[in-house]
This record gives sequence, structure tokens and C-alpha cells, in this order.
Amino acid sequence: MTTETAPHAATARATANEPLVRVEDLRVTFTSRDATVNAVNGVNFTLDQGEVLCILGESGSGKSVTLRALMRLLPPRRSRLGGKVMIGGRDVMAMNDDQLADLRGADVAMIFQEPMTAFDPVYTIGQQITETITRHDGVSQSAARARALELLELVQIPSPERRLKSYPHEMSGGMRQRAMIALALSCRPSLLLADEPTTALDATVQIQILLLLRKLRRELGMAVLFVTHDVGVAVEIADRIAVMYAGRFVETGPVATLIREPEHPYTRGLLSSTVHGAMRGRRLEAIGGSPPNLTALPPGCSFAPRCRYAEPACDAAVPAEVWINPQHMARCIRVAPGQAASGGFTLRKP
Amino acid sequence: MNAMATGPAPLLAVTDLRKYFPITGGVLQRRVATVQAVDDISFTVGRGETLGIVGESGCGKSTTARLLVQLLKPDSGSIVFDGMLVGENGDISTRDLRRNVQMVFQDSYSSLNPRLPIEDTIAFGPSVHGVPVAQAKQRARDILAKVGLDPNQFIRRYPHELSGGQRQRINIARALALEPRLVVLDEPVSALDKSVEAQVLNLLVDLKSDLDLTYVFISHDLNVVQYLSDRVLVMYLGKAVEIGPVEAIYGRPQHPYTRALLSAMPSMDPDRRLEQAPITGDPPNPINPPSGCRFRTRCPHAEDVCARIEPRLAGAPEDGAHRIACHMLIAGSGHSAAPAQGA
Repeated sequence: MTTETAPHAATARATANEPLVRVEDLRVTFTSRDATVNAVNGVNFTLDQGEVLCILGESGSGKSVTLRALMRLLPPRRSRLGGKVMIGGRDVMAMNDDQLADLRGADVAMIFQEPMTAFDPVYTIGQQITETITRHDGVSQSAARARALELLELVQIPSPERRLKSYPHEMSGGMRQRAMIALALSCRPSLLLADEPTTALDATVQIQILLLLRKLRRELGMAVLFVTHDVGVAVEIADRIAVMYAGRFVETGPVATLIREPEHPYTRGLLSSTVHGAMRGRRLEAIGGSPPNLTALPPGCSFAPRCRYAEPACDAAVPAEVWINPQHMARCIRVAPGQAASGGFTLRKP
Repeated sequence: MNAMATGPAPLLAVTDLRKYFPITGGVLQRRVATVQAVDDISFTVGRGETLGIVGESGCGKSTTARLLVQLLKPDSGSIVFDGMLVGENGDISTRDLRRNVQMVFQDSYSSLNPRLPIEDTIAFGPSVHGVPVAQAKQRARDILAKVGLDPNQFIRRYPHELSGGQRQRINIARALALEPRLVVLDEPVSALDKSVEAQVLNLLVDLKSDLDLTYVFISHDLNVVQYLSDRVLVMYLGKAVEIGPVEAIYGRPQHPYTRALLSAMPSMDPDRRLEQAPITGDPPNPINPPSGCRFRTRCPHAEDVCARIEPRLAGAPEDGAHRIACHMLIAGSGHSAAPAQGA
């Protein structure tokens, strides 16, 4: 597995300058008889080959929906997608069902929060990995089984021969998550989508899985789009972080910049309300209120109702993406291009 | 916490508490295995103190919580609340115990009756305990204001109309409506988003000082436990492996498991990422826990003695309030790292 790093179909087609993933103005709405939920409201980003982008957000911010939209996994009858998604130079929005089936698993793979529900409980781990390999690569059963064994070794599952014959319920949570990573990697995807893969795990197991993903990314050179609500996890794995709120990226930047010099008031609030060592006895700086109702978003900045720096201009229109430098973007009217607003926040507010 | 050794009697004293769950199978539903969920745990909680209980899934922390409020009956061991023995032949009835000891659960939705408006949910406890209905409803309004929700806006609402953070405030209000002295909080903020978690943690701190409460705070989140607790109990597979003041547990952890748990915490610093996992593997199944020290299968320092003899909690040399169950710290235990006997 590690030795075969031949460029895959999707990456081969991408030109040198073109990023692996380009998403422009992605929009997702869910419609039902009662209401229309605006889950994703204009998300733009690019992801280079081998890069790890973390989407950090709270529940209902649209981070998982964004991930699923990239693979068009959302129920077609109840959801409406808009915007552009290019993966490896191909337009995902224009694909038919057959093309999507080829894309999923082969070029783009996904791992989920709860591997117990992602695996089929009535087939062994080995059968499920082998099936994926024969479906996409058309190799023989025995070759596929050999690769399945190699994959379990790659994700550091002890006694892999025996584990190929295990059913999902016979494994512990951490082991199942490793097996799901093996399944996702079975066709050497160029893009791995990870939806909170460590949230259900214990702390001592979580760090093992994060280290494994870091090692695999390094060895296989795949790009990872990692969704999490946990700042600590994002800092451990990300090259860049995108902070999501009410269906929009409100701030993106390299991990160190975002943690040390956050510009958007929501990012700042999120960081200061996250409990970590040496805060004992101090009052936590919580963000008041709760996230907006996605069926009736405010016309302006959706964070304004909870923002301590809000002013009338915030309600006029959704703030545009402001690039503080070529890597660092924030959607806030107080941030000016080319200059940080860090001082401005305190100066302008008495 | 200083009251521990010499001061007045603790509010809660738990001695050798044990709860095993049978697993039955086959046509005759015979007992085929036993889950040793809580195995001879002892600890005390002083008045006005917060005891944090941490551990990974399956370590028995939630079972301990349920035993404390008598939602489960212990197999053996004793619970003494304010000098009164708890249990069937005890000095305090379950009814009186429940008025004094209340619990907040992790899942804020399933722990509220979906058909009761908030006012009735909160007033239900007091009226069961003999408070006239009108007075109970007034108390519900007062307590709602105390947990930061406007009574006029919320008393008529139903649980499904509230956000997760609001529901958890209702659960806290319901627990406090009986004016308890001890509140057992079982992962009260784990299901909440970070920004809301901070609000609820601030609320818990305020309520504790306003109402002179004592907390047993259970969580898997080491940061939250450090923030809230005076003393911390670390559990592993049904056993207490280390207990002590929060500064000692976080500053000078002694048990290899506590050390691993603390060093598995994300660093929050992109330049100091973890490069190696402190321990490998998952926690073993509590159905067939390892013999001797239960942590030995994942412990880098395990030796023969660890498989043969179960270590008892013993005080750290420099600090008797800090107790650790590890052969490496017990003089003459037979472990090569143990101090010499009589030293």
C-alpha cells in the first residue's frame, strides 16, 4: 500500500496549479412542508493535494452538511444544492449516478463518527474491504484480500489475519475506527473526508487515531478535510482551519495564525470559552445566546445578535470575505484588507 | 478539601462500594459473565467541596453516580450521607436522601418528561415532597430565574421547544428545586457546544457559592474537571487508581494511567503537537478485567507482581491526601521501582 503511490485518475487530471478541491459559493437548503433550512450559505475554499483543512464549528453550523455535499451524499429529494464543487478538475455537481459511484470510495472516501453504523453488521471487516477493492479496481478476490490484509497492517490493527474475519461488533471502538480508516483507504483516495472521527472515542484512543491519520497523510500524500467541534483536535491535525458559523466560513487561516491571532469575534469567543489548563477560579468568557435559527437567518452577519462588537452596519448585509493576508480570511466588517483589526476591536468599543 | 483529615465529618463517605452486573445467556438465562462495574471504591466528599471523577468509558463513573443517588442498589459497601447510613437498613430513607441528594444527567432531552411543561417539571419534585402546589410553582419560577432563564418566557414551554443548553439549565433547576445539599452531575456539559458549555460551567460555579452546594462532578473531559474540582478521583475499569487534591493530580500525577490520560490531552499549541501516543490499545472489556492491577495490560512498567497482587490505594510519601494504587509506590511490593521497605 505505502509503496504504490501512483497518481490516481483524479489527481492525474488536475493540472499543476489547480488545487485538488475547489468549492465556490456552495449552498445547501433542506426543504420540508413546514420550513426551509439554510444549512450551507455560500462556502468558498480550495484544498491542495496533501493538505489538511479542519472545519471547526458547533452543532448545526453546517460542517457535516458541507462534507456530505462534496460527495453529493445528501438526500436528493429533500435537499437543494447550489454552487460549484470541483474535485481533481471534475465537476461533481454535473455528475450522474454512475459517475458518482465511481468517485465515491475511489477518489474521495469518507470516515464517520460512529463506525458501528457505517459498517454493515452482517459482513466481516475483510468482506467489506475486499468488496470495495474489487468494485473499484476490478482485481481478483485473492489480490483484493491480500490488499485488505496489508491495509489492516497499515492502520496498525493487531493480529490482522484474525481481524479480517471479525464482525464489526466484535471489535472495540478504537479498533473499529481503524478498520473504517482501512476501508476508506482501500482504493488510495486522493481526498479523505473525516466527519468527527475521534469524537466518540476515549481520550487515550483519540490521540492514537489522530497520530495514525497524521502518519497516513504523510505516507500516502492524500488531502484531508476534517470536521470537528473540538479546537484541541483541530490543532493536533490541521494545516489550515476554517471556522464555520451558521453555514458560512467566518474565518480561515493557517492553524497557528487562527489560534494565536484570531480576528473574527466568533473565533475569539470560541477560543476563550474553551476550557483548558490554568483557568481554574477564573470566570469563563462564554458567548451569550445561542446560534441562529437556520430557517430564518438574519439579513446581515449571522453572528451579530451574539456579538459584543455589533453595530447597525452589521445587520445591513452579510459581510464579504476580507483577506487580511493571502492566507488569512475573515468575514467581519471590522476587519480591513491587509491589516489586522486586533487593536481596532478594543479601541472602537468603549 | 482542607477539612478532609481533621475537620468536621465529610458530607458523604463511601466505603468499599461494589456493583457487579450479571450477564445472562442461553435458554435458561443463566449467568454467563459478570461486569465488574464498580469494584470496592472508597472516597469522601467534604462539605462545600467538588469531587471530580474522571475516567474513560466503562470505568464505572456513571454507575458510581447512580449508586450515590440510590438509582442502583450496591452489592456491598456503604454510603454514609451526613453521618447517616444510606440503604434499606440505613438511618435515612430513600425519600429523605433524594431530597438531599439530586442528580443531573448527560442527556438533557431524555431526562425531561416531553409531555410536561417546564413549570410542572420543576415543581413536580417539591410537590411530591409535600410543598403546596402554589408554593412549588412559585419556587419553580424563582429557580428558573436563578439558572438564567426568564420565568415568564419559559414556564409554559415544553422540552422540545428548547435548545440543548436551555434544557440542561432546566435539568439543573429541577435538581435544585428540592434544595438539595449534594448534587451529582453526570457529564452535565458533554453534550453541549463549547460556547454553551462555558455558560453552564459559569452557572454551576455561581450556584454552588450562592446555595452552599456540594458537587460530585463526573466527566471524561479532563479540562472541565480541572476547572471545577477541588479533589479528583481517577477511575479505571471499576477501580480507583488515584485520588487527591486537583493540584496534585494535575501537577504531580503518580499513577501511570493518570499520567497517560493527562499526556493524551491535546496540547492546544500547533508547535507542540503530540508525537507519540502515551499508551496503546483500548481499555479492556470490564467483563473479564485483567488480574492484579487492571491497568497492567497497557502499562509500560508492568512486572510479575502487577499480575499477581492487586495494589491498594496508599498515600503518597509527601502528601497523605494524595493516594495512588500502584505497586511502584508501595514499599516492599516486589516491583523493581518500589521504594525499599521501611525507607
